[in-house]
Amino acid sequence: MTTMTAEAVKTEDKRLFYVADEHEHGEGGSTLLGFWLYLMSDCLVFAVLFATYGVLGGSYAAGPSPRDLFDLPLVAVNTSMLLFSSITYGFAVLEMQKNRANRMLLWLFVTMLFGGAFLGIELSEFAHMIHEGATPQRSAFLSSFFTLVGTHGLHVTFGIIWMITLVIQVWKFGLSEANKRRLLCLSMFWHFLDVVWIGVFTFVYLMGVLR
Amino acid sequence: MSTDAHAGHDLHGHGGDHGHDAGHPESTLGGYLTGFFLSVVLTAIPFWLVMSGALGSKEATAVAILVLGAVQIVVHMVFFLHMTPSAEGGWTMMALIFTIVMVVITLTGSLWVMYHLNTNMMPMDPSQLP
Repeated sequence: MTTMTAEAVKTEDKRLFYVADEHEHGEGGSTLLGFWLYLMSDCLVFAVLFATYGVLGGSYAAGPSPRDLFDLPLVAVNTSMLLFSSITYGFAVLEMQKNRANRMLLWLFVTMLFGGAFLGIELSEFAHMIHEGATPQRSAFLSSFFTLVGTHGLHVTFGIIWMITLVIQVWKFGLSEANKRRLLCLSMFWHFLDVVWIGVFTFVYLMGVLR
Repeated sequence: MSTDAHAGHDLHGHGGDHGHDAGHPESTLGGYLTGFFLSVVLTAIPFWLVMSGALGSKEATAVAILVLGAVQIVVHMVFFLHMTPSAEGGWTMMALIFTIVMVVITLTGSLWVMYHLNTNMMPMDPSQLP
């Protein structure tokens, strides 16, 4: 029986029972998929931080509550900054597809300004809270709040550093294939951060004020 | 969709002739503008609901903003991150579905368990403290 099967395989050796994946992949052909997998693992990091905030978000330790601290109009402005930066990055990608490096750089610069504005508003909000005594040490709510929102802010910071790097890259070497690939990775990263921010303003700020 | 998906193929360095790799979809101006418009609406409504208290009850407002937030996440996924079932031969979608399952387990599990832990603690109001 086994010999017969073996022979059958020999004679019909073209029939494969696994994916014959031995063709050449071009350089960077799987970068975008790999970067997506990184983003998904980052998503799990944020899920854990959201869960922590969800558990501890009501433990004020007789300290300030979200209603005392959060300034919703300011959060709305902050949200719009990130949303504007998303669409301007989209415009940068569109110019990249048309191989117009200068216009791409212009949109990337606008995106950086919006991202910087977001960070500035967030940091001033943090500074204001800490000035009022609402430090991360004050209560479990504030510890988890600063960890979650701070981690997001840290991601935005690194996104801006990456953007500056790519501006220099494109400025010096033009829109090469490698630079286009990097720009698409950063595009995913940036839009992903906006997706996380939807969770933050819904779950932390709006639900917090509602609580 | 498949024409869209194949248009951006020069980035991959290999042709779209093999079936398992549908590549990264091309971005379009219309797609970005649609996504942006929907996002603005889906951001403005929850802020307005909470700041004006238009729905009356807190529970109804909470459900509404959570649903709107979930819808906006889908909008971002489709219009900004270009998630389609065919992108990269379906592997990005597989990774996303797996991640969503993990996120749902993490969030509901943590909240559920810790809520019951809290409510089942020995009741004690501040006056009983030593």
